[in-house]
Amino acid sequence: MNFGFSEEQDLLRAEVRKFLDQNAPLTRVREDVCSESGFDSALWARMAELGWVGLCVPEEHGGVGLDLETLLVVLEETGRSLFPSPLISTVLAAKAIERFGTSNQHARWLPALADGSRVGTFAFLERSDSLAPEGIETFAKPDGDEWVLSGEKLFVTDVGSANSFVVAVRTGADPEAISLVVVDGSDKGVSVERFDGMDLTKRGGRLSLRDVRVSIDCVLGETNGGWPAAEWLLDLGAALVTAEAVGAAEAALEMTTKFAKERIQFDEPIGKFQGVKHPLAEIYVDVESFRSLVYYAVWALDQDAPDARIAVSRAKAYCSDAFPAAGIMGVQLHGGVGYTWEYDIQLYLKRSKWVRPTFGDADYHYERIASLGGL
Amino acid sequence: MDFQLSEKEEVFRDEVRAFLDENLPEGALRTPELMASWTRRIREKRWVGFSWPEEVGGGGGSIMQQVILKDEMARRKAPALGSCFMGLAWVGPSIIQYGTEEQKQKYIPDILDGKYHWCTGYSEPDSGSDLASLKCRCEREGDEYVVNGQKIWTSIAMWSEMIILLVRTQSKVDVKHDGITCLLVRMDTPGIEVRPIKNMSGGAIFAEVFFDNVRVPVENRLGEEGQGWQVTISALASERSSIAEVHGLIRKIEEVKDLAQRTKRGGRKMSDDPGIRRRIAQADTKIEAMRLNGMRFLTKQLRGEPLGSETSINKLHRADLEVGLGELALEILGSAGSLMSGEEPTVDGGAWAKYSLNWPEVVIGGGTPNIQKNIIAERILGLPKD
Repeated sequence: MNFGFSEEQDLLRAEVRKFLDQNAPLTRVREDVCSESGFDSALWARMAELGWVGLCVPEEHGGVGLDLETLLVVLEETGRSLFPSPLISTVLAAKAIERFGTSNQHARWLPALADGSRVGTFAFLERSDSLAPEGIETFAKPDGDEWVLSGEKLFVTDVGSANSFVVAVRTGADPEAISLVVVDGSDKGVSVERFDGMDLTKRGGRLSLRDVRVSIDCVLGETNGGWPAAEWLLDLGAALVTAEAVGAAEAALEMTTKFAKERIQFDEPIGKFQGVKHPLAEIYVDVESFRSLVYYAVWALDQDAPDARIAVSRAKAYCSDAFPAAGIMGVQLHGGVGYTWEYDIQLYLKRSKWVRPTFGDADYHYERIASLGGL
Repeated sequence: MDFQLSEKEEVFRDEVRAFLDENLPEGALRTPELMASWTRRIREKRWVGFSWPEEVGGGGGSIMQQVILKDEMARRKAPALGSCFMGLAWVGPSIIQYGTEEQKQKYIPDILDGKYHWCTGYSEPDSGSDLASLKCRCEREGDEYVVNGQKIWTSIAMWSEMIILLVRTQSKVDVKHDGITCLLVRMDTPGIEVRPIKNMSGGAIFAEVFFDNVRVPVENRLGEEGQGWQVTISALASERSSIAEVHGLIRKIEEVKDLAQRTKRGGRKMSDDPGIRRRIAQADTKIEAMRLNGMRFLTKQLRGEPLGSETSINKLHRADLEVGLGELALEILGSAGSLMSGEEPTVDGGAWAKYSLNWPEVVIGGGTPNIQKNIIAERILGLPKD
């Protein structure tokens, strides 16, 4: 029994922390998010060199071949720094290809995703804003050796920087007749539009597919058999977003705690008052709790454990309620300065608003827990 | 991370399972004879006081073995391992750590055998959350201490033969934690009067205990004079994974789900109500968070790292859940929720109404939620004490 990290994982954490402290303090992050791509591509390339982008890609395809549990360590730290990069999106695309693709497909796409030269993302949601297969209307029509794709994907994270899109498309009338297709950003008929989101560190937008022709070699797994794969990817996405949220929420708590120790009112640091102490203690309880839940969820995904789905839902549900509450309380406890653009706490509040719906909000996941639990 | 048991641990788990198969068949232990045989057999196995050192009659079980034993027992809804609850939970550990040889020989075997009950005299009317401010007076006269004062919220005082008592032997101290002494006192000592307190569910579990010139031999002091605070707070259970509490809560939430499935309102099953479904799922999630937090604490213990105030996290969750599950059950039941007894429309003989009134025992005893939040804020987050 060991519900903790190994020495190697602790070392990796320290290394990532040092890298981000040196290269991506929040002052830098604030600048980077204003650039065209929204992130520092030179830093992205260095992270890829250090093996963090291809951490979970098998070694034979240029990755490091480690498990999701180790990636979790990296994500907690990128979350703390609100580090803007298409890491989670690229991992999702690579995992989709690795897990559901053929060896030819592995060889074709994984090396470039592992070395950071290509950015991937998973495009699932549409106008229905539903995580159920019924919500997918973007369809693919067979035409000889090709499929012709038409439709519109929304809320696609890193849509502006990605060039390999793993897209869930409808390939039949049956509600679950879904297939996963890899679309290249340079394919004819592909266009993207970035949305103006509140969290500048998470860029998302629209992926439009107008009669996009792809070879059938681009289909991952079986035609019409893509729903279980898509569901697994949604779970993985929920777990990875929550892992980043652990680091972010913890940083918000530390920032607010520090403020409460320093801010003097009524001749005392405000952190001496129980009206301030108790909400901070509650945030601590919540962060530690969704930390435990997501650690287990990621382990369960690594192991393909039978309770992986409910484990992910528990983690994401808890986080989707608790992280925004922590963000709001963080701003409130800062008082007037918390409302300013200058102070950093607002950045964490905005991240929490991005996290909440991404890969399912608390309503969605609690309902799923109820169903999976036999209700 | 690795949630598997080692081979040796599996052997132990199998031993526990085999024991349960043999000694706790389905629906068993309904007769006093079966209960007596169960009690004898778990003693033979040394599973009562399993965490205690072997030389005092305990089982010398490792932390992981304790977890496995509790886990397996709770899964099978086995009766408690030993009947002297407070003796096993904190009186025994205090005596093992601070007691004299004579005290160990006198009390430990009886605690293991469950010969009689112990109760705990810590809280006073003016010293609840601020326990160290306690005033129960104690003066030494030759070979005896003379105790005058009052204790309150003393659970099972009326059925106990012994009390572990905190008294003040010195009133002028710089730090209020000093000047407190721990005594082990027979409840039939002249001058002790027990008055049960009827609680809001109508029963009486706890009592007021009055001390009027109660004479206690000096040899009944546990630890040194003035060391009482240390003696009692160090006596924490050695395994802190909350596994037993988690199993209790899992059983409770299963009952609540079952209740939601068999309760209808306006022709609709309450288990189809989105609000009820969400709240059940939230409670389920919180219980799982408690289980996993416990596993993280356990991992720290197994690595030999000190375990500090983070266990307050699970105390807060448990408090929330004990209150919340009762409330949830009552809301599922609707108008029938507050009925305390009788047949239909009362459900389950009023068990849920009673359950919904019993949380204070768990939630207030051992430190209220607000105290737990102070502990986290001050000891973990490092906020200034107020």
